[in-house]
Amino acid sequence: MKNKNLISITDFSKEEYLQVLSLAEEFEKNPVQKIAEGKVVASLFFEPSTRTRLSFESAANRLGAKIVGFADSASSSTSKGESLVDTIKTVCCYSDLIVMRHPLEGSARLASEVATVPVINAGDGANQHPTQCMLDLYSIKKTQGTLDNLHIALVGDLKYGRTVHSLVEAMCNFNTTFHLVSPVSLKLPSSVKMHIKERNLTYYQYTEIQDAIDKVDILYMTRVQRERFLDIQDYEKVKNSCILEKSLMDNVKKSMKILHPLPRVNEIHSNVDSTPQAYYFQQAQNGVYVRQALISLILGLK
Amino acid sequence: MSKKELIVSAIENGTVIDHIASDKLFQVIKILNLENCSNQILFGTNLNSSKFGTKAIIKIQNKYFERYEINKIAIVAPTATLIKIANYEVIEKFNLNLPHEIEGIVKCFNPKCITNHEQVMQKFTVLDANQIKLQCHYCQKITKEETLNFL
Repeated sequence: MKNKNLISITDFSKEEYLQVLSLAEEFEKNPVQKIAEGKVVASLFFEPSTRTRLSFESAANRLGAKIVGFADSASSSTSKGESLVDTIKTVCCYSDLIVMRHPLEGSARLASEVATVPVINAGDGANQHPTQCMLDLYSIKKTQGTLDNLHIALVGDLKYGRTVHSLVEAMCNFNTTFHLVSPVSLKLPSSVKMHIKERNLTYYQYTEIQDAIDKVDILYMTRVQRERFLDIQDYEKVKNSCILEKSLMDNVKKSMKILHPLPRVNEIHSNVDSTPQAYYFQQAQNGVYVRQALISLILGLK
Repeated sequence: MSKKELIVSAIENGTVIDHIASDKLFQVIKILNLENCSNQILFGTNLNSSKFGTKAIIKIQNKYFERYEINKIAIVAPTATLIKIANYEVIEKFNLNLPHEIEGIVKCFNPKCITNHEQVMQKFTVLDANQIKLQCHYCQKITKEETLNFL
């Protein structure tokens, strides 16, 4: 995997994801390994982010690498009108690896084509966010002991949620049964469902969370964003159908875990946080181990 | 016996683009920039076609098209046949096929695609040879006939 770019979840094979996940497990046991001393990681966030940027930087620090970069484009030459291509070519002179987030779709692919160092996509607009997907896979494997033959419910905005799309694509490799819970207007697009159908996997569609919750091993929650609706009344009608609260959890599987890519707004009531099924904050922590694994594999240190 | 007559006269040397859908004639003329071409050009539309009911045809004297131009025609008029003529004889005749990948012809319809903000060669994978379904190499979004714009 040395020098490989990670732009889209489909850039890595199933074997490669599994290799990342097993190395992440090793980092979880032993998080501080200064194997990247002397390496420089460029962290280019053309758009603000809390979790992704901090967990990448935390991962690089725990590996002993130094970080250069910026946390929003206002503090880079982009604000003077520099093109992305020029910024990337310049940053390559100063670093061994680029981690980038950018609001425009396809920006990371373009960066990887002009860069002389490997590029990890930390989110390009609504397009791809592959490291989120890898940490979701890691969290599923860690909590269920396996990725194979699971029942997964995906809840909320299945139409626009990029994490949902990548996760569906990745989980299609593991004989998953999908339970898709969303308002009718935010159903999983057919271009994503196509992957499920190609593998002859089973999926069910629901509009209410309670119809799926007792059947599944993983409940993957996402935000239903008000700005996706043209008519505010439509939003008011559906907003509560995808809200999880403790009273819905009386008959769930004991081993079921609730994931959420965060930030959440109101879709998971805070009374769920103390249940044994709540896993979303540990999930965010797993991001560091997965990113340590990715950085060290791409830099060729493991 | 009725006398057969060519509605659009024959050319001595050049290219005939036949079997264009009638309503695509002017689009083909536009994307090939024929309005700025000084060669002799004959064209007709809403002509009878045994294959399609009606069709359009363009005949261009002394002009043979490059690959990228042929790809453009294939996107607008996938049913077209290209015929190369020399000394009033057909020297080559072929149906158009969309290539697997196209570059530098079409604009990605997605306003948030990086290619609409930086100077980048637009690249697409052709997902379906029979309809316009072009997946952007960068943003992955699919440009369809309704959202098609040429560069």
